[in-house]
Amino acid sequence: MTLIATEALTKRYPNGVNALSDFTVQVEPGIIGLVGANGAGKSTLIKILLGLVEPTAGKVRVLDLEPGRDAEQIRSRVGYMPEHDCLPPDVAAAEFVTHMGRISGLPRTTARERASEALRHVGLYEERYRQIGGYSTGMKQRVKLAQALVADPDLLLLDEPTNGLDPAGRDAMLDLIQRIGTEFGISLVVCSHLLGEVERICDSLVAIDSGRLLRADAVSSMTTARDVLAVEVSEGRDQLVDRLNGLGLSVRLEGELLLVPLESADTYDVILGAVADLDLPLHRLDQRRHRIAELFQSAPQEAAHV
Amino acid sequence: MSSGVIHDIGYQRYSGPRLGRAYATRALYSHGLRTAFGLGRSAKAKIFPWLVVGIVALIAIIATAVRALGGGFLGYFGFVDVAAFLAVLFCAVVGPELVSRDLRSGVLPLYFSRPLTRSDYALAKWAALVSAVWLVFAGPQLIMFLGGAFSGGTFGDFMDELGQFGQGLAYAAIVALLFASIGVLVGSLSGRRAVAAAIIAAFFLLSQAVAGILLGLGYGVDEAALRRASLLFSPQTLVQGVQAWVFDRQLDQFGPEFTVGSFGPLYAATWLVFTAVSVLLLLLRYKKVAR
Repeated sequence: MTLIATEALTKRYPNGVNALSDFTVQVEPGIIGLVGANGAGKSTLIKILLGLVEPTAGKVRVLDLEPGRDAEQIRSRVGYMPEHDCLPPDVAAAEFVTHMGRISGLPRTTARERASEALRHVGLYEERYRQIGGYSTGMKQRVKLAQALVADPDLLLLDEPTNGLDPAGRDAMLDLIQRIGTEFGISLVVCSHLLGEVERICDSLVAIDSGRLLRADAVSSMTTARDVLAVEVSEGRDQLVDRLNGLGLSVRLEGELLLVPLESADTYDVILGAVADLDLPLHRLDQRRHRIAELFQSAPQEAAHV
Repeated sequence: MSSGVIHDIGYQRYSGPRLGRAYATRALYSHGLRTAFGLGRSAKAKIFPWLVVGIVALIAIIATAVRALGGGFLGYFGFVDVAAFLAVLFCAVVGPELVSRDLRSGVLPLYFSRPLTRSDYALAKWAALVSAVWLVFAGPQLIMFLGGAFSGGTFGDFMDELGQFGQGLAYAAIVALLFASIGVLVGSLSGRRAVAAAIIAAFFLLSQAVAGILLGLGYGVDEAALRRASLLFSPQTLVQGVQAWVFDRQLDQFGPEFTVGSFGPLYAATWLVFTAVSVLLLLLRYKKVAR
């Protein structure tokens, strides 16, 4: 099943802003990172997926349903965690998540049970009978996640879930998201303007810039040959290539440079050992990191299939 | 953060029923009705609604006692007219409580990303306040009915009382529909509860003053048409005009010979249009509101 499919999706707001332009992407179930700068069109895309905003042109399908026509069905199977504050301060978390469970269509007792479960899964249990107004930012983010999770969605849309969190809170939230994706078996779209944050937990990434698709691909295919050691010797280049090939490293030449995949921490020592053995003047040895960000920047703008 | 520990008990998928839009709307409605009386909320939130409930109940108990002791009976209509002032206060406080809080806390996207629609949300909140205001009237009316229904002795007396009671409930609904529509509409325009409450209260009080001035003017210049139309200009007096026409009641409180005369249908039409336009504006408001 395709989780999300868009075709030439375009959204032009009445004030003339193109939030999305000709956006075509297909996404398989899993943890999907939707990355882009603030204002790139991430939130607009999420609102279209929920049927809250009508696209100006193009097609979109979510869980094999059309948001324009089957909005009610989609919304009963999709959980949404908005970016900004969305919690009433003077209600207990357990009460609030239960209420939101009922609004998602859960019978009363089921809503109460699942609210407790959802709060427990996000790491709030003892605190759930306290009023939300007294919670820390991290706890509020967890309540926001719990209300999205309460009705056991098939897809979770998380808009900047780590917003306002300190580094430890960020890590905890990202671990939680990863757990939801892997152990709970729920697909997630995680919006973030921080690529480094989502690339760690996502199966695939969709990069968006000014409403256009930059690139969409599986993280694994982006990170292959990601770390390479660049070696340069003043003389005896071919000798070194032969020696390294003999040691089982697959060396590639780029001009005067030898590029050696960094397979393990030993690779450094192997190269240094080889250079020393051959008594060659080592000019440079450094690590080339192919950041996913660079891959995005160099990628051509084209429709992609994840 | 004390909540950092994630207990490792497996996640359970849910395969039971998902009850959809109509159920969600009903759930929001009953939640709103409970909120109106502070149920499921802090003790502080219960003070005002139950103060109002206490006062109207007291009025009903006194009216029933006076009647039992052989004094005059306030009557079901008279009770609603006396309690209307409290209903105005109730709408001014509870109306914003139901809608302004949601605007302020930014919770609306959580509702709109669920099966119910924006209009469902608005109508559920509206219906909750209408019901709450009606209950504020209907509860005490029931006390009055129970206190008076069995004193007549004959079955005919009982049926007569029941008929009066039924008319009183219907009139309470007429008042509740108009007052609550105004309360929810004005509440939905501001995220600040105090501001919305002040605007609602001011609107009712000022319009009542206008109606009073026009009525006085009608007597002063001895213009019957002005007198008869004067009650149109405030919600509190408008519903009394509707009462006079629909239930064929005498409105002695506006003068011994006061009558709405041929303006009767105009009162009913004004009530209907005022209520309907308020609801339409409410729906329009929620078509636009972003958060």
